[in-house]
Parts: sequence; structure tokens; C-alpha cells
Amino acid sequence: MIVVENLHKTFGSTAVLKGISTSFEKGKTNLIIGQSGSGKTVFLKCLLGLFPYETGSISYDGQVYSNLSTADQRLLRSKIGMVFQGGALFDSMTIGENVKFPLRMFTKLSNSEMEDRAHEVLKRVELVDAYNKFPSEASGGMQKRVAIARAIVNNPSFLFCDEPNSGLDPKTAIVIDNLIQEITNEFNITTVINSHDMNSVMEIGQKIIFLKDGFKAWEGSNKTIFKTDNEAVTNFVYSSELFRKVRQMYLDEN
Amino acid sequence: MFFKPTKWTVMRGLILRDIDDLIIGSFGIVAFISFFVGGVVTIQTALNINSPLIPQYLVGFATRQSVILEFAPTFISIIMAGKVGSFITSSIGTMRVTEQIDALEVMGINAINYLVFPKTIALLLYPFLISIAMFLGVLGGMAACYYGGFTSVSDYIWGVQLDFIPFHLAYAFIKTFVFAFLLATIPSYHGYFMKGGALEVGKASTTSFVWTSVAIILSNYIITQLILS
Repeated sequence: MIVVENLHKTFGSTAVLKGISTSFEKGKTNLIIGQSGSGKTVFLKCLLGLFPYETGSISYDGQVYSNLSTADQRLLRSKIGMVFQGGALFDSMTIGENVKFPLRMFTKLSNSEMEDRAHEVLKRVELVDAYNKFPSEASGGMQKRVAIARAIVNNPSFLFCDEPNSGLDPKTAIVIDNLIQEITNEFNITTVINSHDMNSVMEIGQKIIFLKDGFKAWEGSNKTIFKTDNEAVTNFVYSSELFRKVRQMYLDEN
Repeated sequence: MFFKPTKWTVMRGLILRDIDDLIIGSFGIVAFISFFVGGVVTIQTALNINSPLIPQYLVGFATRQSVILEFAPTFISIIMAGKVGSFITSSIGTMRVTEQIDALEVMGINAINYLVFPKTIALLLYPFLISIAMFLGVLGGMAACYYGGFTSVSDYIWGVQLDFIPFHLAYAFIKTFVFAFLLATIPSYHGYFMKGGALEVGKASTTSFVWTSVAIILSNYIITQLILS
């Protein structure tokens, strides 16, 4: 579980995060949504420790990150898996080597044990055949699945995904969404997803945090988002005619 | 760069890969340029000796001095700033643009140690490349004498051996080590701290070439002043 308290982040004189407090639950897919410029990416990078923040605290399973020693921070980071928007696969390595990379860096497994583990997770994302291919030979959807495999290969406690569906067709996007949700439930990981995709919100948003202008404007789930009368949320989530109709149908039925 | 070092088993592979990319991969262009520039230095020297009072073996002497003192260490380093420096900046810059460096940092890996340290170690073998450049430069001069008939090969070899000061080699290799460090670090800096997209990778490569060249020329002047004057 990740608990964020009163998080403030500024760039120069511009305040980007203005006192965000929330929690991300273990074994659930937690979504951060909001318009471009609302602070989602900065928030995610603060959670990942890539951006320092001015005030507030972030704790991972009860450990406050800023209070940890450098060695403990490094240990904690080795428990974090991250799926970047573009995959961020190392293009000088094959897909198999990419997946083995966290194991080579953080474990003392033998090469054959690493091979076995890499095959195991690639099988989980249905990409065993791609083991010896290079990332440039893989499609966008395949690269995202490899990125997921690399993120989970070291049995992380925390999984972060930055817009995992961007640039994918709707069918592949659903495959990726389902895969992330299954892995989250299967391995009891705390998963945090930064997303623009309203399909993801409806499908896998077991917990949703809506950011607006650096504030947390709303918090709920894919069940409660239909019922909310928060104007900022409804303007954002139901901006398309299709989703307005879906919501109306849901409200009529319930 | 030395803080939080990468596991040795991983680092060893990275160093070997960088030796292949930066040193062995540069052998062809360095050999080609050295051989022919050595030949051109010999031709120019021979054609500019008009006085019958100047002995012909001075062609070999002048070629040796030019090649060992300046051409091999400095001129080749400027070429390497273009070849190796651009490669380092563009490869690290592309990793920055495609979030691969962020991926390393998220995993808790010291990205500077992972990316820059192996290049710095690999370039410790740079003097090996320069020694080959020296040899081929002098050999190119000899070939020019033989095929061009500017002076006899025996006079050329006599000139090459004339008044040889071993400290000049030491001076050349001291310079080479400094240039190797500049070649590894300045392009890495420009790649690592670049911001933007593909266009900025190109701009960063150009900027890194310019600044590496400037640093090589300035340090060459300072080292020469300190050591030889």
C-alpha cells in the first residue's frame, strides 16, 4: 500500500501539486486520471522518486521513503516495476535480455535460473516466441507486454504504469488492461496507473483519483464514477457523447 | 560516476561492448586516415625542401615529429570527437528521449555509472589506437617516398630514427589519456542532460562535437606549454 500525505511540488514559482493526500491499495488497480497539465505525470514521477518534492510524505508499505537510508531506498526501488509510456525497452538488448535485466542487476540467480524466470514471465504475457527478437522488431502492443514482463520479473511489490494504452488500438488496449489487472490480483501488487483512457477507467479502475490543477478533485472507483455529481469529473470523463449515453443507461438501470 | 557502482558481472560486459564500439570499431577509419595523412605530410615536406643544403633525411625526421607530437594524438582525437563523441551523445541522448535512462533510475541503478563509467574505462585503451596511428602515419610517409620518389626509403628511415627523444612519446601519451577522458565525458554529459526529442539529439551531437574539439585544442595547448616549454 502507498500512502501519500499533503504532497507539494513546485517548478520555480509554478505550483504543480498542491497538497495531495491519498492512498493506493494493495492488490488493486489504482488509476490517476485528469486533463493534460493537471499534474498526473509529475505526481507519478514523485511517487517513483524521480522528482524530489518540497513538502509532504510518501510511504510504501509503511516505510516513509524520505526517511530511509540510501541503501534502503535502493532496496525499495528494486521492488518497484515500471511500465513506461513508450515501453522504454533497452534497444541494444533482445527482448529476453530486457526481461532478464532486473534479475541480472538485483539477484544472484544463475544464468539458467534467469532464463527460466524470463521464459516464465514472457509466457505470462504470451510472448515466449519473441525471446530472441529485438524491441525494434516488435509491435507497439508487444513492446508494452515486454515492458510489463520486465516490470514483474523481479516480483515487485509496486507496479507503476504511465499511460500503458497510449498509441494502441482498442482491442490491444483491452488486452493490456486485462493483463495488468490480472497480474495485480495474482501477485497482490499495489498498481498505480496514469491514464487518459476512459475505457481503462471503466474496465479496471478499482480505485480512481481525479486530479485537477494540482489538486485531488475526486476519489472513487469505476462503480461510483457513474453516480458522482462532481462537475469536474463529469465534464472530463463524460466529455464524449458515447460515455454520456453509457452513464445515462447505467443511471436508468440503477 | 563512481557512486553506487553497477555489479561487476554486468559492468564487465558493458566495458567489453564499449571497447568494441569505441576502440575496435574506430580502428579502420584511424588506420586509413593515419596512413594517408602520414603520406601527405611526407610529400608536403619533401616538396617544400628546396635548398640543396638541407639533407633529404629530414623528410623522415619531420614526418616522425609531426605524426608523433601532433597528428596522431591531436588530429585523430578531433576525428574521434566526431566519430566516437557523436556516437556516445546520440546513443545516450536517444536513451534519454525514449525514457530508458528513467527506467534505469526507477530500478535504483546509478545511470551515470552504468552508462559513462564503462566508456571511460574503454577509452583507457585509446592510447593503443593512437600508437597504431603513429606507426601507420610513419609507414604512410615511407610508402609515399617509395611510390612517389620524393626521397629514398633509406634516407627516410634514417630521418625517422634521427635524434629520437623518447620523452616525446611520453608527452604524446599523456595528452592522449587526457583527450580520452574528454572524449568519454563531454559527449556523455551532452547526451545525458539533453532535453527534447529526435531533433535535439542531433543538436546535442553537434554541440558535443564542438565542445569536445574545443576542449581538446585548449588542453593540447596547456599540456604542451606545461610539459614541453
